Amino acid sequence: MSTTTATTPVIAVPQPVPAPNRGYWQGVARRLSRDPVTLFFGFVLLLMALAIIFAPWLSPHDPYQTSMIRRLRPIGFQDWRYPLGTDELGRDMLTRLLHGGRLSWFLGITPVLIAFVIGGTLGLIAGFAGGWVNMAIMRTTDVFYAFPSVLLAVAISGALGPGISNAMLSLTLVFIPQIIRVAESTTTSVRNLDYVESARASGAGAMTIVRVHVLPNVLGPIFVYATSLISVSMILASGLSFLGLGTKPPEPEWGLMLNTLRTAIYTQPLIAMLPGVCIFVTSMCFNMVSDGLRTAMDVRG
Amino acid sequence: MSESLVHVRDLNVRFVTRDATVNAVNGVSFDLAERESLCILGESGSGKSVTLRALMALNPPRRTKLSGTVRVGGHDIITASERRMADIRGSTVSMIFQEPMTALDPVFTIGRQIAETVMRHEGLSRAEADKRALELLELVQIPSAKRRLAAYPHELSGGLRQRAMIAIALSCRPKLLLADEPTTALDATVQIQILLLLRRLQQEMGMGVIFVTHDLGVAGEIADRVAVMYAGKFIEEGPVRDLMRGPLHPYAQGLLGATVHAGMRGERLTTIPGAPPNLERVPQGCAFAPRCPYVEEACLPKVPDFRSPVPGHAARCVRVPQAA
Amino acid sequence: MLLYLIRRILYAIPIALAVGLVCFMLVQIAPGDPINAIVPADAPQEVVEQVRRDYGLDKPLPVQFGIWLSRVVQGDLGRSLATGRPVTADLVSAIGNTLMLALAAAGIGFVMGSILGTIAAVFRGSWLDKLAVGFAAAGVSIPHYWLGMVMVVLFSVTLNWLPAMGAGPGGSGSWAWDWEHIKYLVLPAVTLSVIPMGIITRTVRGVVMELLNQDFVTTLRGKGLRRGGIALHVVKNAAPSVLAVMGLQLGYLMGGSILVETVFSWPGTGFLLNSAIFQRDLPVLQGTILVLAIFFVALNLAVDLIQTALDPRIRRA
Repeated sequence: MSTTTATTPVIAVPQPVPAPNRGYWQGVARRLSRDPVTLFFGFVLLLMALAIIFAPWLSPHDPYQTSMIRRLRPIGFQDWRYPLGTDELGRDMLTRLLHGGRLSWFLGITPVLIAFVIGGTLGLIAGFAGGWVNMAIMRTTDVFYAFPSVLLAVAISGALGPGISNAMLSLTLVFIPQIIRVAESTTTSVRNLDYVESARASGAGAMTIVRVHVLPNVLGPIFVYATSLISVSMILASGLSFLGLGTKPPEPEWGLMLNTLRTAIYTQPLIAMLPGVCIFVTSMCFNMVSDGLRTAMDVRG
Repeated sequence: MSESLVHVRDLNVRFVTRDATVNAVNGVSFDLAERESLCILGESGSGKSVTLRALMALNPPRRTKLSGTVRVGGHDIITASERRMADIRGSTVSMIFQEPMTALDPVFTIGRQIAETVMRHEGLSRAEADKRALELLELVQIPSAKRRLAAYPHELSGGLRQRAMIAIALSCRPKLLLADEPTTALDATVQIQILLLLRRLQQEMGMGVIFVTHDLGVAGEIADRVAVMYAGKFIEEGPVRDLMRGPLHPYAQGLLGATVHAGMRGERLTTIPGAPPNLERVPQGCAFAPRCPYVEEACLPKVPDFRSPVPGHAARCVRVPQAA
Repeated sequence: MLLYLIRRILYAIPIALAVGLVCFMLVQIAPGDPINAIVPADAPQEVVEQVRRDYGLDKPLPVQFGIWLSRVVQGDLGRSLATGRPVTADLVSAIGNTLMLALAAAGIGFVMGSILGTIAAVFRGSWLDKLAVGFAAAGVSIPHYWLGMVMVVLFSVTLNWLPAMGAGPGGSGSWAWDWEHIKYLVLPAVTLSVIPMGIITRTVRGVVMELLNQDFVTTLRGKGLRRGGIALHVVKNAAPSVLAVMGLQLGYLMGGSILVETVFSWPGTGFLLNSAIFQRDLPVLQGTILVLAIFFVALNLAVDLIQTALDPRIRRA
């Protein structure tokens, strides 16, 4: 543009002013409110969350109460006390599903939350510090990237042995590198933006730059990415329990219930499918809500 | 009586999306004779590129709504099927784009991109098409053309890329060449070379050319006639010399006043206050009225008709006298 | 180009070493004495001590890693605690089966995903697009071990069309490419294919959509190319990034088939892993994970090299 300005009309067109932060969130809320798909799945998620939270008050039975005489009752209203039937040990399915959601959701969400905090911090440090700090952190994540995520989760919790905390530890370790990568790349790109450069040039301290310029711009993308991991995490967590690596019987948990009901697929296939339906619906809802958030927040990639 | 090369009457282009309808072009009419060159001048968003693309039905399909009459080389563009348009594009009429880096396919060689056009329209074999591609690269004066045939776009400089783009456009000897800001993305020295090349090729090949630019210098260099566009309408049209010396419309005057050119030493550069109108709603009267220093009552009720003080030069402004 | 190739291969070596280290550490983080990973828990004390000295387990960890690594490089992954057979022997046939399953699933998933993704991108915003996107979202959200059970209920229990488990009438050793055997592959392969199908649909849709918005597509239309001609350009432009995702997906299938193999009792690495976990057979666990991870590293390398070879912008840089 340097030499061509001489012949270019200098018509005063007002430049678009960068929208203030408040307007951005209002825009996000407006876009979300216009997105019926996301709202629908969000609503389903809310209902499930409420059902799970109030499980002890909503469930008609004791989740651990077994009975040899009423095993594998069918779904339906032949017996109004067991609308969703009973499992292979005669426990009420509705009760077990409601209680099972507590553990499944906890197992699915907690690793992502912890990984969000740890991975986000490490990624921010790597992206902002650059240099050898970046090298050290990113090359370490490369190693974990050399494992397919299911395999890594199975490997760690397989070596550590069964148990809820081992399963959660292995899932957290799976997600940390993934979040580090996203956090590092967004931080690096924000750091190289002109306005951050100019803030640096005008003498702002590192902490101020991170707090004022970097954090508000990178938290959104990292958060959206983390929400997209919840769906994967739910499936993986239930999968570990399905393999016998997560929850131990008789604890109600959807993946474990799916496993113990496998013997029933020849006699009561519908009942055997129920825990899987719960995992599927939850994971689908988290996925769709995450997609909606991504669109509404205009996060690329 | 022979028909003109391009015949446009009351062209309207609207972009319809779920959120909004944008009236990009609102009633444009003009003719272009063979071998004639017209330059459409305007700011970004004035509808000049959209008008140009409408001439070969190249605006995004589905959300573009065209109406009016557009005839190019005897073909009716508005009613033509996409299949029929594909036959017309590249052979009767072709186009050069603003940014050759993105307008060329990055993973195909230059030679291949020229050859496939020839193969498509003239049914030549691969070998014959490659030969033609070489001739074309020589025609547009690309040095060591043979080697450049096997080059990918990113391996050429901006000027060479634009020459390659021109070679593609000319590969089937079109009657009409459309150029969408062909020099904007180039360095000033390269701009002149490309303009000179285009002018020479136009004369040698006897093409009609329509240029779109926001750059008055380019307009003066190459055009026979100039049309100034604002808010989707032609607001002034005339021979290039007349229009550059004595623009009639206040917008055209502002455009010239805001430009540095020779013989202006000591004069102040002026700017046009305000911004172009939002094209989601077309104003009832003169679209420039809100920014016009000479606005009066008569500007507002309806769009002013063209008024022509001298033959061949006209503007849509109530202040322009109409010759008897 | 040659320089890039060498650099890329050299870079894969430390990654492979680090992968080895992680696998070595798996036994260290396991509760109990690492010696339990080599000898059965009920072995007499003097045997345990003898093995401890033989394997260098009385030496510091870095030395142990060196010893372990040198044995691994020679193809010695130790012996299974459960069966006493060398891990390598069991792994070879298991990997063959898993590779077969993964390739079949990848084939189904990639073809379906490419078709769905292209349709979605071309008819962007239409009901076809929404359907494909919904399908893709379901594909990545579905717990595939559950889908496997649904498949069994539908096609084996109810319709009795396809067998529910195993890899053929003659057991795992006697595979043949006839319908008698292939029908055992159908259900697990289809089940496993939903994830790559969902991801490839999303990838192809995104890539093609972005390409169709590029200026050069307008140029191609302006040259008078018809749909077929434009499609050729789009495919060649999309190929590097789509192939890269496909390569990764093949790796994820290899490593992620454990759940589906468990559901269908498919005699592959996943099945091996599952029984190793169940019996706390650490040498088998370690060996299987090491081999799968090294395979994944090699696959990543191959994908990178192919991608480079396909893209002239990188190739000549």
